[in-house]
Amino acid sequence: MTKENLIKQGAIWAFIAVELIFFTVMGDILSVTSKSFMDFENMLLLLKQSAPIGIIALGMTIIMVNGNIDLSVGATFALSAVVLLDSFSWPFMAAIGDWAIPLAWFFALATGLILGAINGLIVWKTGVDAFIVTLGSMLGYRGLVFMYNGEQPTSHLNWTLVDFAELQFLGLHTATWFLLLTALGLWLLMTRTVHGRNAYAIGNNREAAVNAGIRVGPHFLINFMLIGFLAALSAVVFYSESGSVNPNDGTLYELWAITAVVLGGTKLTGGYGSIVSTLGGVIAIQLLRKGLGHIGADTETVNLVIGLILITVLFLDRQLNRQGKEELKT
Amino acid sequence: MNNDIPILRLEGIVKTFPGVRALDGVSFNVLPGEVHALMGENGAGKSTLMKVLGGIHQPDEGRILIAEEPVVMTSPIQAKAKGVVFIHQELSLADELSVAENIFLGELPRKTFGRVDWTRLYAETDAILKTLNVGFNARTRVGDLSIANQQMVEIARALTVDPRAVIFDEPTASLTDAEKVVLFDVIADLKTRGVGIIYISHRMEEIFKITDRISVLRDGEYRGTLVTAETDEDKVTQAMIGRSLDLTRSPLQHEMGDIALEVRGLECGALYQDVSFSVRKGEVVGFYGLVGAGRTEIAETIFGLRAPSAGKILINGQEVRIGSPIEAIRLGISLVPEDRKGQGLVLGMNCRDNMTLPQVDDMTAGPFLANGAEVAIFDQYRDKLDIRTPGWRQQVGNLSGGNQQKIVIGKWLSMHPEVLIVDEPTRGIDVGSKSEIHNLIRELAAQGYAVIVISSEMPEVLHVSDRIVAMHNGRITREFTSDEVTEDSLIQAISGIASDKVA
Repeated sequence: MTKENLIKQGAIWAFIAVELIFFTVMGDILSVTSKSFMDFENMLLLLKQSAPIGIIALGMTIIMVNGNIDLSVGATFALSAVVLLDSFSWPFMAAIGDWAIPLAWFFALATGLILGAINGLIVWKTGVDAFIVTLGSMLGYRGLVFMYNGEQPTSHLNWTLVDFAELQFLGLHTATWFLLLTALGLWLLMTRTVHGRNAYAIGNNREAAVNAGIRVGPHFLINFMLIGFLAALSAVVFYSESGSVNPNDGTLYELWAITAVVLGGTKLTGGYGSIVSTLGGVIAIQLLRKGLGHIGADTETVNLVIGLILITVLFLDRQLNRQGKEELKT
Repeated sequence: MNNDIPILRLEGIVKTFPGVRALDGVSFNVLPGEVHALMGENGAGKSTLMKVLGGIHQPDEGRILIAEEPVVMTSPIQAKAKGVVFIHQELSLADELSVAENIFLGELPRKTFGRVDWTRLYAETDAILKTLNVGFNARTRVGDLSIANQQMVEIARALTVDPRAVIFDEPTASLTDAEKVVLFDVIADLKTRGVGIIYISHRMEEIFKITDRISVLRDGEYRGTLVTAETDEDKVTQAMIGRSLDLTRSPLQHEMGDIALEVRGLECGALYQDVSFSVRKGEVVGFYGLVGAGRTEIAETIFGLRAPSAGKILINGQEVRIGSPIEAIRLGISLVPEDRKGQGLVLGMNCRDNMTLPQVDDMTAGPFLANGAEVAIFDQYRDKLDIRTPGWRQQVGNLSGGNQQKIVIGKWLSMHPEVLIVDEPTRGIDVGSKSEIHNLIRELAAQGYAVIVISSEMPEVLHVSDRIVAMHNGRITREFTSDEVTEDSLIQAISGIASDKVA
């Protein structure tokens, strides 16, 4: 690994370290609460809380490395959640007791897979830009959520499910395990498989990939199905515990996911990015939210600060990637 | 060798693009173990022909035969499977990926579950790289390599299969002499294995060093095949340029004024070095060279689009610093860019708005645009340049290439420049309009504008220029006056052969 690469991939972890030190020190000085920020329980909770957006952001990394974007993940998340909770009240499901749980999960995950496949097929077959396609499906899928149950929340509390969601295996919460396993799986996919490497090639230089005989469309389809599945998985993890979904849940999730991916250093134009760095981006954002809360800032300030940091990061990235003085001015 | 069956034979290939007959009945054959040069001016159809062969374009008429069997190739991967490998002139690499991944792009070796077989990938790549004798290994990131080494990666792609025919499209354009030797060894090795090689290059010395036969294209037509050992540079040059060419310069002669623009020792990093020349009022200076010789970059520097790393620019004898196009325009410099549709025009806007675009800030009546003034300007230059359009409301995208170019020229004339730089003024313009643009350039010079014409077409440069500056590899190799220039000496100057005769 070259020095430049090390800086790029290490930057997000250095940023996390800076955040930890900053909030610990500021917390002591301002002494808003008596609790220490770097508390172990607090950190475990942080990982758990970053899981819903984190799982989506990991999927978004693949989509963006591939040179696409998916704005419909928030709506997919909501619709999968509705299917998950509503399916418990279907007559045949009620009859089979706790066996309904894996079946409900299956329905929810299948929903995500299908919604993702629709996106992927449209992008593949029409050639329309993924931004436009998923902007449309974002609105469309959200519409389906409202058609399902109107403005009413969909609720179902299954105590077995709640127990499972609140389980702590080896100290880590169920949601955290899902986040870490997803990260591991996607990391293997992106670094070890032909599909993953071709995704990088397509995002990096699409024409070169086409010239080399790589079929771009199927790769798009697979990746969109994957992110649909992951959005549904995120819903499964989150709503197994909460048991109630509002039709507006998951709004803006796509933007939070993209923010985490970009903070992690993935190029918006595609071809460069890593799953591990996105995980760093996810943790960095959650730290920022929690940390600012810890020192007494309100939610509005949190969003402002995250926005500013995002722009700063992109500016620094641009400076790093400049081609020197010979570059054509624009 | 001549008794062998041709490994590759083309019969009457015709390829048309909207408005252009790019290839018109081209036939030739390549024998096994032969290096066959394909020559022709820029735009003669070489690249199109090779794209047809490489499966990127489909021919409209004609047949391709591999070992006397007709084949239809609809994709590069199909062509490669049939043993026809195309090494692109433009680098077609993914720069964030490793050398190995690029060489085996699209056909990475697999293990179970679609996993990449990295051990095999790296081993095979390193074996190929070893034959190429390069200083990097399979794991190097392509973006970290020099352009020359990236070209070697491109060449290495041809060696992943057992090829029957390999097409090299200007492979030496970015290679150093030492790297060329390696490339020629590779070609010699392929040759002994009975592979047919098509070699495209503008460099005569290479052609005569390594090829067996030379086929020449001109304006999309096949002009014959010469046996390299029985011909010489003059004959090849003649075949490329043809005799029917109108070499007489435009009769329009006029007085020249003072020096309007002078450039001394200009340099922009690796793009070009030590460039010095001057242009007088009323003079047309032509810049001729191969694509990538640095001509356009010089124009962009003078127009403030690039920052020079050394040297001076003088306007009317005064040294100036040009930091942006706005400053260049204020100093009276205008650039008609190379890519008319991409850089020169807003295709979806109407004729008038395109023409007044650079000065629209100054043409206001209160808070609104001064409609009447804009139309007046358009009318003036429509008449002056003889732009044929139904009216100013016509969208520029619907005009012919020649009229589009006149709109761009009119746009800059309306800014009252002193120095007009025209980059590839007639690219993609039909023959009739070409001579109109040429006459227009001569007339503008006669009116006292200092004009720089950058062109890759020799007849054009010879036709319009008072003086010709030849460039090779970012340096000026020679300056000619219109009296002393000949096609041969010009071709030699841009190929770098006459570098000992630097003016």
